[in-house]
Amino acid sequence: MSIDNKTVKKVSKLAKIRINEQEESKLIEELNNILGWVDELKKVDTEKIEPMLSVFNESMVMRKDEVFSETSDELVLKNAPESKSGFFVVPKVVE
Amino acid sequence: MIDFKNLDISTTKECLLKKEFSSLELTKFFIDRIEKSDLNCFITNTFENAIEMAKESDKKISRNREIRDLEGIPIGMKDLFCTKGVRTTAGSKILENFIPFYESTVSNNLINDGAVILGKTNMDEFAMGSANTTSFFGNVINPLKSSEEDTKDLVPGGSSGGSASSVAANLCMAATGSDTGGSIRQPASFCGLVGLKPSYGRCSRFGMIAFASSLDQAGPITKTVKDAALMLQSMSSYDEKDSTSSRKPIPQYLDFLNFDIKGKKIGLPTEYKVEGLNSDIVKVWDDTINLFKKNGAEIVNISLPHTSFALPTYYIIAPAEASANLARYDGVKYGFRENSDDLEDMYELTRAKGFGDEVKRRLMIGTYVLSAGYYDAYYLKALKVRQLISDDFKSAFEKCDVILTPTTPNVAFPIGEKQKDPIEMYLNDVLTVPASLAGLPAISVTAGKNSMNLPIGMQVIGKPFDEISILAAGKLIEEYRGF
Repeated sequence: MSIDNKTVKKVSKLAKIRINEQEESKLIEELNNILGWVDELKKVDTEKIEPMLSVFNESMVMRKDEVFSETSDELVLKNAPESKSGFFVVPKVVE
Repeated sequence: MIDFKNLDISTTKECLLKKEFSSLELTKFFIDRIEKSDLNCFITNTFENAIEMAKESDKKISRNREIRDLEGIPIGMKDLFCTKGVRTTAGSKILENFIPFYESTVSNNLINDGAVILGKTNMDEFAMGSANTTSFFGNVINPLKSSEEDTKDLVPGGSSGGSASSVAANLCMAATGSDTGGSIRQPASFCGLVGLKPSYGRCSRFGMIAFASSLDQAGPITKTVKDAALMLQSMSSYDEKDSTSSRKPIPQYLDFLNFDIKGKKIGLPTEYKVEGLNSDIVKVWDDTINLFKKNGAEIVNISLPHTSFALPTYYIIAPAEASANLARYDGVKYGFRENSDDLEDMYELTRAKGFGDEVKRRLMIGTYVLSAGYYDAYYLKALKVRQLISDDFKSAFEKCDVILTPTTPNVAFPIGEKQKDPIEMYLNDVLTVPASLAGLPAISVTAGKNSMNLPIGMQVIGKPFDEISILAAGKLIEEYRGF
């Protein structure tokens, strides 16, 4: 499996990370190297193996469905790059 | 001023209780050392808070009331733990100005136990790195130097490089770390310290900035094994706010002091004699095996047949989880934003400018292996191999009590090395990653030094939630290493 310009462009779009042409060619090389290296896994026979989603094997319990608030809207918005009247502000979106 | 450099936590606490010195004196001693240090260990100092906390501890001690386990002990907090009202960056530009309004459970536990927080320690960006060279706030320098090339600055290891370097340089008594694939054990090994990654689920992940949630686990970096037990005691708790927090009872970790290694079975995995394993390290490994033999332990050869697949498995799973976890950094809710009139542009430019190269590389890999058409071939495959790696340990632990291996294939290297090829850097974690994938507790303890006087760490891996055995094995190594 090898990564080309088209794939890198698509992945950067999915990851929402803008890349320029210079970065693009560097990434193609690096990602191909890394993927070539992880291709090693193809050698392992996993036909009858179930995927391991977590090492945690205790049953997960529901916590009580109770409202608790340790914070306020004001505190939450304090870290926002831009906020107005209790809302986060983003650039205008027109569909 | 008294020289507090060579004190461990329990001795210090005794002295504090006997009023031989105060926590304020101790705290000021470390503040002074941090101010004079040029190792770049701290991203944010919290000296004013620390002074207040020390005074509070001194008050409790003078009244001899409500004295807590870590009363008045100055420590460093990895900048991955959210601290209420104190900037928390995870070593990234994208969180350059983030001030959490809540406290992580681990830091909260330590504060409630009386620890004095001196500041937030430097780290690889989002804990992605093995040399502490990916931090937006600059690389950390290891206080240790090679006796042959003492002009060259060495890396402290990573990602908890600031924590390890600050403990090794006596800028604090102990520090917190987090370990996803080796980020506590590897820097502890490079800086001549003790680093303990507990079983997955022992310390709460609440308020710990997420990298790969199925692997991330907090733990201490300390000077001694006993200090590691004391720190771990405080850091461990069941936490309702973390769905994978364990409800298993927490033992008294100091009980390891009464644990006899005699008659215990020490497993040696043949597969850990990896290509490129430094010959000095092989020698220290052999010496350590003999040490266990001499002390009545039984040495058992074991096999972990899927070891060589652990690193590639990790480099699919960890980036995949990271790509999901780091999707939250969008320039809207907190952190850095690159302004634009268009929403999509704003997202893409914010992430392009806010993340460093290594983080971007891993996010791209993670996004790719999770994308339609590649999910089965990469991500699902890796999850299956992870099961095999975990099964390997399960069968090995039917034959032995703990597993003894080196922590790293090499000692600390000069800053600037291993920067060209990402895979070369990834290989640092080849011996620590398997235990992470299996969620097992593991400790790194300095067992010897190479010809250039640089420390060599041995790793002891335990059964799930058997931290006591690895502490006891670590203690034996520490006791007999001869320095």
